[in-house]
Amino acid sequence: MHDLPQQNAEIARRFPDLHPPFASQAAVIEANRCLNCFDAPCTAACPTHIDVPRFIKKIASGNLRGSALSILDANVLAASCSRVCPVQVLCEGACVMHRYNKQPIAIGRLQRYSMDAFHSSHGTLPRKSLEEHPQRIACLGAGPASLAAAAELRQRGYQVTVFDKRPQPGGLNTYGVAEYKLPLPDSLREIKLIEDLGVKFRFGVEIGRDIALEDIGQQFDYIFLGVGLGEMHKLDIPGGDHPAVIDALEFIANYKTGRTTGVQGDVVVIGAGNTAIDAANASTRLGAKRVTILYRRTQAHISAFDFEYEHAKDEGVAFHWLTQPVAVNSSNGKLTSIECTRMDIANDGTLHPVANSNFRVDCDIVIPAIGQSPLVEFLSKLSNVRIEKGRVLVDRATGQTSNPKYFAGGDCINGGREVVDAVADGKRAGIAIAKALEAAHA
Amino acid sequence: MPDMSRTTQPDLSINFAGIKSPNPFWLASAPPTNSGEQIMRAFDAGWGGAVWKTIGEPITNVSSRYSSIDWNGQRMMGFNNIELISDRPLEDNLREITEVKKRYPSNAVVVSLMVESRREAWHTIVQQAEDAGADGLELNFGCPHGMSERGMGSAVGQVPEYAEMITAWVKEKAKTPVIIKLTPNITDIRSVARAAKGGGADALSAINTINSITGIDLNTFIPAPNVGGKSSHGGYCGPAVKPIALNMVHQVMSDPEAALPISGIGGIGTWRDAVEFILLGAGTVQVCTAAMHYGYRIVEDMIDGLQTWMTEKHFAGIEAFRGLSIPKVTSWKHLDLNYKIVAHINEQKCIGCDLCYTACWDGAHQCIHLDRVSGPVNGHVELHKKPADIQNETRSSIAVTPIPKLDPPKSAQEPYPTPLARIPRVDETECVGCNLCSLVCPVEDCITMVEVKTGLHPESWDERTTTTLTGKN
Ligand SMILES: Cc1cc2nc3c(=O)[nH]c(=O)nc-3n(C[C@H](O)[C@H](O)[C@H](O)COP(=O)(O)OP(=O)(O)OC[C@H]3O[C@@H](n4cnc5c(N)ncnc54)[C@H](O)[C@@H]3O)c2cc1C
Ligand SMILES: Cc1cc2nc3c(=O)[nH]c(=O)nc-3n(C[C@H](O)[C@H](O)[C@H](O)COP(=O)(O)O)c2cc1C
Ligand code: SF4
Ligand code: SF4
Ligand code: SF4
Repeated sequence: MHDLPQQNAEIARRFPDLHPPFASQAAVIEANRCLNCFDAPCTAACPTHIDVPRFIKKIASGNLRGSALSILDANVLAASCSRVCPVQVLCEGACVMHRYNKQPIAIGRLQRYSMDAFHSSHGTLPRKSLEEHPQRIACLGAGPASLAAAAELRQRGYQVTVFDKRPQPGGLNTYGVAEYKLPLPDSLREIKLIEDLGVKFRFGVEIGRDIALEDIGQQFDYIFLGVGLGEMHKLDIPGGDHPAVIDALEFIANYKTGRTTGVQGDVVVIGAGNTAIDAANASTRLGAKRVTILYRRTQAHISAFDFEYEHAKDEGVAFHWLTQPVAVNSSNGKLTSIECTRMDIANDGTLHPVANSNFRVDCDIVIPAIGQSPLVEFLSKLSNVRIEKGRVLVDRATGQTSNPKYFAGGDCINGGREVVDAVADGKRAGIAIAKALEAAHA
Repeated sequence: MPDMSRTTQPDLSINFAGIKSPNPFWLASAPPTNSGEQIMRAFDAGWGGAVWKTIGEPITNVSSRYSSIDWNGQRMMGFNNIELISDRPLEDNLREITEVKKRYPSNAVVVSLMVESRREAWHTIVQQAEDAGADGLELNFGCPHGMSERGMGSAVGQVPEYAEMITAWVKEKAKTPVIIKLTPNITDIRSVARAAKGGGADALSAINTINSITGIDLNTFIPAPNVGGKSSHGGYCGPAVKPIALNMVHQVMSDPEAALPISGIGGIGTWRDAVEFILLGAGTVQVCTAAMHYGYRIVEDMIDGLQTWMTEKHFAGIEAFRGLSIPKVTSWKHLDLNYKIVAHINEQKCIGCDLCYTACWDGAHQCIHLDRVSGPVNGHVELHKKPADIQNETRSSIAVTPIPKLDPPKSAQEPYPTPLARIPRVDETECVGCNLCSLVCPVEDCITMVEVKTGLHPESWDERTTTTLTGKN
C-alpha cells in the first residue's frame, strides 16, 4: 500500500463530490455560527464522541492543526467519517440550531475541512505513549473497527498486526461506500497514517483458511474481531443464478476499483436499504438507461435513511412498492426481465401475494441488495466466544467477548450499522485491551 | 401599531450654536469630507452638514494608513488610522469651500482647522476659512498621531491651559461659531471641555479617535497598518468606540461648568445610534467610519428611521427629546440597593445550548442547574452535579447511529421543543440578578430578568451610609 492507487478517471468523472469541501472563508464563517454548547448534544450524538464545539472553535481561531488533532483524538478515521457519516441523524441531527434558526451547523463538512488541511500539511498521528510494549495483538479484518482498535493500541506502544483477506485495507470504507462520498484513494490515504504508526498489515490472508485460528491464538496475547458481515443473501428464485444477476456489494466493489466503468441498459435493484440505494445511484451514474428499485413493502417500511431515499429520487431512481420478484427471465443467455408479483399487507402486518397480479419489468441487470449474512461458519470456529443470531456477544463498554482473550466490534457485533459505530467499538476495545494488558503487567 | 396617521412629518432641522442644517446628520472631518466634489455628492445623498477634512499646513501621508478589527466574520467592528490632516493645497480647499457653500446654501459647512500654536497662524487660518464661506469652525485638538509630535492636535487637546489659550485666540478673530473637538485620550474629558468653555468656545464636539494598536501580524510580527515594516499607534473609531463616546458626551453634558452645545461623534452608523447621542444631549451627530464603510447612502435610512421613530414617539422636533436621558445616569452611590431581579428562563424558547449554565457556573454565582428532570424543585437545593460530572457521564455513554428499522424514533412527549434534561433551572434564592445568563443566551427574549419584591423601601448606598453616620434611621 505504499503507492496509493489512483482513482479511475472515468469513475472520478461520474462520481464527483456529493458535498464539496468548504472554502476557507466559508469554513470560518460557518465555524463562528457554532454556539459552543455546554455538554454539546452533537458530541453526545456522535458514537465516537468527537468534541465538536472544541474542534469547530479551533477552525474559527485559525488553529487548524489543533482542530484536527482534537478530532483524531476521538476518531482516527475522522476523514472518512466526515464524508460517510449520516450526519443528519447523528451530530447535525442533534444540533440545537434546529430549534433556533433551523439550520444546523455543517459539522461534517467542517470536520472534513479540518482533516483535509491535516492531510495536505502531511500531518501524522500522534502517539499516546512513547513506551514500547512487547505484547502482541491481532486484529482480524482491516475494516474500520479493526483499524480503530489497532491505532488505539499502537498509539500506546503495543505490537499490532492486522489481517485481511482482501488486497487493500479499509473493509467497506474502501470497497463499499459510495464513491461520491469517499473515493477509494482517500480511504487508503487515511489508513496509511495508521500504518505509519507502526501497525503491521498482512493482506490476502483469510483467517480460518490461510491461517488457523489456533495459530493466531498462540502467537498473540489478544485478538480483536473486526470481520464485519459475510456475503450478501442470494436471490433465491428461478433464474437467480444468471450471470447478469450481480449482488450489490460485488457491483459496488467492481466500480470502486475501476473494474466496471459503465452500465448499459435497464437496471433493477431489489431491496430498499442504504446498500440498495447506493447500488441504484451508482447504476444511474454509470449510465444505466433506467433504474428501478423493487421493494416488497411500502416506503414507510424501508430501512434506508430518509435523506438517502430523497437522494435516490433526485438521481432519477424509480421505486416500485409492494413488489416481490418471483423469477428472472432470460432468452438466449441474455437476461430480459424480472417477473414480479404484487403484495398486500394485512392488518397484522403480514405480507401476502395478490393472486394473479404477476407482471414483468424489463431489464438487463438485476442487483439484489437484500442484506448481508453473518459469517456463521467463521464465527462458529471461535472457541468459547458466544454468538447470538449471527452476532458476536460482547460487553458494550469494553467489546470483550465471553472468551476474555477475544474482543470484537463493528458489523460483526451490531449486525450492520455505520462506519462511525465500528470506529467507536474498535476504539473502546483498544482502550479496554490496553487496560487489561497494563493491569496484567503492573 | 403606533399611531402613524399624522400627516406632518417631524421637523429634523436644527440650529446648533447658530449653525443651521436641515437635519442633525453631519459628516465628521475625515476622508469623506476631503473635497468639494465629495461633500456636494454627500449633500445630494441627504447629509445635513459636513465638517471639512481638517485644513492647515499641508502634510504628507504614509501608506498604508488604515487597519481594522473584524469580529466573528463581521468586517470593521473597529477602525484605525494613522492619517494626518488634509494633504491637499490650502488654496484648493478654500476655493472648493466657497463653491460648495454657493451651491448648497442651506447645508452646514463647518471647517476643521489645525495650525501650529501661534496666535497669528490661528488668526490667519480663521480669516481664510471664514472668507471662504464657512458656517462655523471646528478646532481639531484631537489628532493623536503625527500632528501631536509637532505640538498640534492632541498635544493641545490634552493640556487644558493650551486649549483655553488657543480657543481665546480664535475667538478674538472668529465671526462664526467656534466648536472645540475634544480628544478622548485624556483622564478626564471634562477638564478640557471646561477650559474650552472658559476660552469662549460656542460649542464642543466629541470624540476624536482613541489611541490604539489594532493588531499584529503573527507571521511578520509587524503591527497593522504596515508602513514598510514598521507601524505606529493610530486613532480608533467605528462601532467599537460608541460606548466610550456616549459616556464622554454624558460626562460633559452633566457638568454645568463644561456643558455647551455638543456634536456627538464615535461609532454612529444608524439612526438608533444618533438617537442615543441626542438623548444624552448632543445637538448634532457626526459620522466618519460608517460612511467610509458603506458610503454616503447610509444617511437615507438614518433620516427615515429617525423620522419614523419621532413620529411614533410624538416628538415634533429634535429639541423635544434632546437630553432626556442625561438625568437617568447617576453615580453608583445613588442606585437603589433594595431593587432585586432574578433570571427567568422561558422553557418554550430555550434551545438547550446550556450556555447560561456554563456562564453562571464559571462567570457568576453557580445558581443555574441541569436537574430539571427530577421534577419541580422549590427553593434552595444544595446538592448538584458539577459541570464536569455531567460531561463525564455523557462522554462515557454509548451512542449508536439510529437505524430507522431497528430504532424507531421516540414519540415526542416532551412538553417543550427541547428535551427537559437540557433546559436549565434557575435557583432564584441564589440568583444575584447579574444579567450574565440573559446576555449570553443566544435566543431573543428567552431569559428575562424579572423583578422580585423585597418589601424593602428603596435605599441607596449614599442614604445608607448617611443614616448610619447621623445615627438616624
Ligand atoms: C454498500 C454499503 C454502503 C455503506 N455506506 C455507508 C455509508 O455511507 N456510511 C456509513 O457510515 N456506513 C456505510 N456502510 C456501513 C459500513 O461500511 C460498515 O458498518 C462498516 O464498514 C463496518 O466496519 P467493520 O470494520 O465492522 O467491517 P467491514 O468494513 O466489513 O470490514 C471487515 C473486513 O474483514 C475482512 N474479513 C472478513 N473475514 C475475514 C477473515 N476470515 N480473514 C481475514 N479478513 C476477513 C473483510 O475482508 C473486510 O475487509 C455501508 C455498507 C455497505 C455494505
Ligand atoms: C481616516 C480618518 C481620518 C480622520 N481625519 C480627521 C481629521 O482630519 N480631523 C479630525 O478632526 N478628525 C479626523 N478623524 C476623526 C473622525 O472625524 C471622527 O472623530 C472619528 O473617526 C470617530 O467617529 P466614527 O466612529 O464615526 O468614525 C479621522 C478619522 C479617520 C478614520
Ligand atoms: S449543538 Fe450545534 S451549536 Fe451546539 S456545539 Fe454542537 S454544533 Fe455547535
Ligand atoms: S442560554 Fe438560553 S437557549 Fe441556551 S440553555 Fe440557556 S436559556 Fe436555553
Ligand atoms: S443573573 Fe447571574 S446569578 Fe442569576 S442566574 Fe443569571 S448568571 Fe446566574
